[in-house]
Amino acid sequence: MSEQPVQLPLPGFESARAEWRRDYDGQAGQDGILRNRSGIEIKPLYTCEDWGEERYMEDLGFPGQLPMTRGIYPSMHRGRTWTQRQLVGFGTPEDYNRRLKTILAAGGTAGSLIPCNSVYRGYDCDEVELPLLGTCGAVVNTVDDMDLCYRDIGVGELSTAVNDPLPFTLLALLLAVAERRDVPWSRITGTSNQSDYISHFVANHMFFRIALPGSRRVLVDHVEFCQTHLPGWNPISVVGQHMQQGGATPAEAMALTLCTAIQYAEDCRARGMDPDVFLPRFTFFFDISISFFEEIAKLRAGRRLWQRIVRERFGAKNPKAWRFKFHAQTSGVDLTRQQPLNNVARVAVQAVAGIFGGLQSLHTDAYDEVLSVPTEEAARIAIATQNILREEAHLTDVIDPLGGSYYLETLTNRMEEEIEATIARIDAVGGMFAAVEAGRPQDMIGKSALAFQQKIDSGQETIVGVNKYREAEEPTTAPSPLERPDQGAMEAHIARFRAFKAERSQAAVTAALDTLARAANAVSGTPGQNVYEKVVEAAMAGVTHGELCACLRREFGFGQPLVMP
Amino acid sequence: MSDSTKSISPPPRVLVTKIGLDGHDRGSRIVAAYLRDAGMEVIYTAPWQKIEAVVKLAVEEDVDVIGVSSLATDHLLLPDLMAALGEAGFGHVKVVAGGIIPDGDEAELLRAGVSRVFHPGSPREDIVATVGDLATQARAACANG
Repeated sequence: MSEQPVQLPLPGFESARAEWRRDYDGQAGQDGILRNRSGIEIKPLYTCEDWGEERYMEDLGFPGQLPMTRGIYPSMHRGRTWTQRQLVGFGTPEDYNRRLKTILAAGGTAGSLIPCNSVYRGYDCDEVELPLLGTCGAVVNTVDDMDLCYRDIGVGELSTAVNDPLPFTLLALLLAVAERRDVPWSRITGTSNQSDYISHFVANHMFFRIALPGSRRVLVDHVEFCQTHLPGWNPISVVGQHMQQGGATPAEAMALTLCTAIQYAEDCRARGMDPDVFLPRFTFFFDISISFFEEIAKLRAGRRLWQRIVRERFGAKNPKAWRFKFHAQTSGVDLTRQQPLNNVARVAVQAVAGIFGGLQSLHTDAYDEVLSVPTEEAARIAIATQNILREEAHLTDVIDPLGGSYYLETLTNRMEEEIEATIARIDAVGGMFAAVEAGRPQDMIGKSALAFQQKIDSGQETIVGVNKYREAEEPTTAPSPLERPDQGAMEAHIARFRAFKAERSQAAVTAALDTLARAANAVSGTPGQNVYEKVVEAAMAGVTHGELCACLRREFGFGQPLVMP
Repeated sequence: MSDSTKSISPPPRVLVTKIGLDGHDRGSRIVAAYLRDAGMEVIYTAPWQKIEAVVKLAVEEDVDVIGVSSLATDHLLLPDLMAALGEAGFGHVKVVAGGIIPDGDEAELLRAGVSRVFHPGSPREDIVATVGDLATQARAACANG
């Protein structure tokens, strides 16, 4: 005897919704209102009432087409996956050269150059304490050092992201090496990372060297120089990552990044440059926190806003100017020292959010970054995570796979509104430069950082192994096999540096520094007085990184933090 | 306010700073806010302080505790700070460190006289209570010295 199939009429939307609401309220208890990190209320369920197909063309369109929500290229990750760009930098130039060769031998095609903190601070190796040299990056001060970094490697064959805050001395040294090797500058490709001085003043005090007005001048000179001489170089990377790592919510970080990009674009336009020429070379860099859907929505909303901003504010007609190209890094702030292997799971979730957000380049953090500079094993797992997500989990088979989700589309629209509201607040005080001088973004970020920390302290936000699910007796972490540069090799490097300085033409060095100082004192935009051009010429004359920074600090003033607790 | 901060009057004076080359200051700013909220007098500096500058400020401001944040490897200079404090006749001042400090380095810092090393995830109450207790000890040592 067969069972009779139960036939029920399809209920109407309204009555079904009412019934669900009743049942839901009966089960859910008093959960209160949930909000994401950006403060947006998150409902328990999203339906076609929140977002519907009738909005498809207005909100989404097709990949590579306006409004760019689904991605900046027609084929996105199906056509070409992202660049796997891990950071490289440690010890002497020889150490860097060895590591770079290992990466290239393993099939890598993109490099990165992370200099030592002494370089970030604008000093040469003989100006700082020996134990700090080369611990967090490579010590590169002279054209000879850069030549060693690229020993047996063609400077025109490798795209390099250089962590090189203004006045972009490392790029200048790279160009000097190219000149020495007869490689045309047109073949030099890569990105000036850490060119976004505004983010340094607002949120990351690691990188700034020159006072705010001078920084503004040098960046525009740099963009102008690159536009003329380096067609394959991205002179600007706008760093939302600093804002978010400093404590901005995801929506605030995106808004402040877009405001910063608007400021730079306005400054370039004021110099007389064409937005259709310089905007296609703008790139971005974002943090991916573990707030999964919020991060995907942040990146999609940012992409949609950027194409609108460049068209509405800058009249950009070149479709390449509409593309919101970005690198993303999984957030180290979310990683924990407690139960450190848990970080492997966190990084994977963050990376998935970035991939679904449509990134062009990805750095996955090593799980032990919160303990020390990453070990080799942890760095390998970070790369493997990307390979697993791409080739085992097949995350790249479909373009923007979450597009059309009632929740994600509603959230993307809400994030866009939040971001626009913050942009309007910055516009109201006269744009990003004026806002930074008045301390507005610093204040915003400081408050958000403290508010989030208070949520962790009160247990409102769970951090596994820290404020919940703690092990009764925390196992002591294994002593990390921390690598420190060889002190003998570093001392030899300093001796070589001193010999380099003694042997170069002192007359040429003095002349180059005089010319640089004169350009710095000329009115911004004076023909023939491009500060960056003089930096490059000085590097070719044997002037060192520290001397270049010192000269411009004398002329423009020292950078100082514009924020206090 | 924790009990330890009530136990001495005037309230503990704490210098929150960063030495060396790194500039990541989210942590030092949050800890400064914690201590201030707990009723302590906090003297906060920008990053990149020279050892001599920290000692000079500690003496001028007559602090009880110095908190040094280290996110790179700048804590390697802490033994130098301990020595410089001693030479300045300010050896009673307690020094704590916090940030990304590997276990091997932590042992070395404690041997050099650093009172305590905090790590990411160290609870707020622990930081506030420890600094308060150390301030009490520093005051007592100063009075006896």
